[in-house]
Amino acid sequence: MKFSQVLSSSGEWLRGEGPHHQVVVSSRVRLARNLRHRAFPGWAKKAERTQVLEQIKPHVEALTEMQDSFSELLQDLSALEKQVLVERHLISREHAAKGMGSAVVMNRRQTLSIMINEEDHLRMQAIRSGLQLKSAFKLVDKVDSTLESKLDIAYDQRLGYLTACPTNVGTGMRASAMLHLPGLVLSDLINQVIQAVNKIGLAVRGLYGEGTEAMGNLFQISNQTTLGEKEEEIIARLTKVIETIIEKEHDARQMLIQKKPDTLSDQIGRAYGVLTYAHAMTSKEALNLLSIMKLGVDLGAFPEDRRLPIDELFIETQPAHLQKSSQQKLNAEERDFLRAEIIRARLKLFPKPDMNKVARERERNGASESNQNE
Amino acid sequence: MLCDVCKCNDASVFLTQILEGKMQKVNLCDACSKDKGVQDPTGFALADLLLGIGAAEEIEKGATSQKCPVCGFTQADFKKTGRLGCSACYQTFSEGLESLLKAMHKGTEHVGKLPERAARQMELSDKMRALNDNLEKAVAEENYETAASLRDQIKKLEHEMAS
Repeated sequence: MKFSQVLSSSGEWLRGEGPHHQVVVSSRVRLARNLRHRAFPGWAKKAERTQVLEQIKPHVEALTEMQDSFSELLQDLSALEKQVLVERHLISREHAAKGMGSAVVMNRRQTLSIMINEEDHLRMQAIRSGLQLKSAFKLVDKVDSTLESKLDIAYDQRLGYLTACPTNVGTGMRASAMLHLPGLVLSDLINQVIQAVNKIGLAVRGLYGEGTEAMGNLFQISNQTTLGEKEEEIIARLTKVIETIIEKEHDARQMLIQKKPDTLSDQIGRAYGVLTYAHAMTSKEALNLLSIMKLGVDLGAFPEDRRLPIDELFIETQPAHLQKSSQQKLNAEERDFLRAEIIRARLKLFPKPDMNKVARERERNGASESNQNE
Repeated sequence: MLCDVCKCNDASVFLTQILEGKMQKVNLCDACSKDKGVQDPTGFALADLLLGIGAAEEIEKGATSQKCPVCGFTQADFKKTGRLGCSACYQTFSEGLESLLKAMHKGTEHVGKLPERAARQMELSDKMRALNDNLEKAVAEENYETAASLRDQIKKLEHEMAS
């Protein structure tokens, strides 16, 4: 499979409609594994790194899950191609910085991606749409068991799987979900939620993981600890917390509709106006406005069949995707023009926001609530 | 003094944290402190920030010039990178790592997935222990016929374990 094919189809997780997909964009589970007594990638000399790569890669490519896969050495990918993969969350930013001795293998559906010689010898990741941490774990666990039968994996009876960073030792598992929380952001409740989540030992991060800014009202929630708890327990705990946040987000949206309908109409109207008429737009502005459009679809201000173009624009307007779609090299300003142009084209036949419909929804909800009260 | 996180700007924020009776110090530049949310004391993701740096100080307290026999990694390297050199380093630096792992994680022992290979090895070593016990007993009871058969079984098992 060629890189152009990766590019031409968006990942299944973006198009899929998993459970709670209005709030949970995607669920990811990654496992970190290493070969016994071989220097970790960050410490290994080039020759050893290459040896490890040659030892692991054939087994990864031979996986039944990797039939018809895209497999490439990092040194053979351009900076732009790497960035495209980062924007799709198929490789980490850290992996994108690698060259000699590292590789990535992913399946056609872009639901499974395996990085070789990232921070650990093996980083295996499964992505699903919506809240599906359990099934993501199941997939990556199966792959892990297969590879384990072929490779001598570093495992200690007391400490479990041994990883380059002590923060990953034990299960080597990081489970995370990408949440879209415009309701909590607009009602100024987001910091409260983040603090509460931090307190119970879970991490909240921005769009591209550690140290990145939260844009487009998107937040990643993941487990912080990996030792002393079973994989299933970690996932169950995380899922429970996420379900609570989903509830809070829906509550916040209902409150906005009831208490601040004008503010909400204004936000959605502005997002629609700017996106359909602007001629220059940064990726941050685009993400933030698209987030409000997505909220508009969720609330019924736009028809449900307009959801996909909005979701796709989230990825298509990212810098590397934009550059990839253009023939010549663009500077930041030119990218902003092109971004606005792409968005305008996509939204050309987009209906105006129907805020009356949101109000009617509210009345219907309100009516059913008062019925319940009787 | 340089920032502990980016290691290129001068530090301007000096943080001292007492966590479970242990003092940890972190020096940050303006940009990194903002980045890590130090300005906002309530939202400060302490664990995130201290893991790498606190870890380095923790391990330093152990023996001073230990070197991993498998990969040649030293504590100084750990201090620099916050990562270990190879899987054997967990054994080499186990003393310093213990309290670090305790502070970092929910527990100190893995209770999750057991790889099939390790499970099989465990099963075999249990079997070996039982055979050895029986052998000792048989010898003590001067039951040499049983002892001979047990010895054969042990040999076979040793062979199996090595493969």
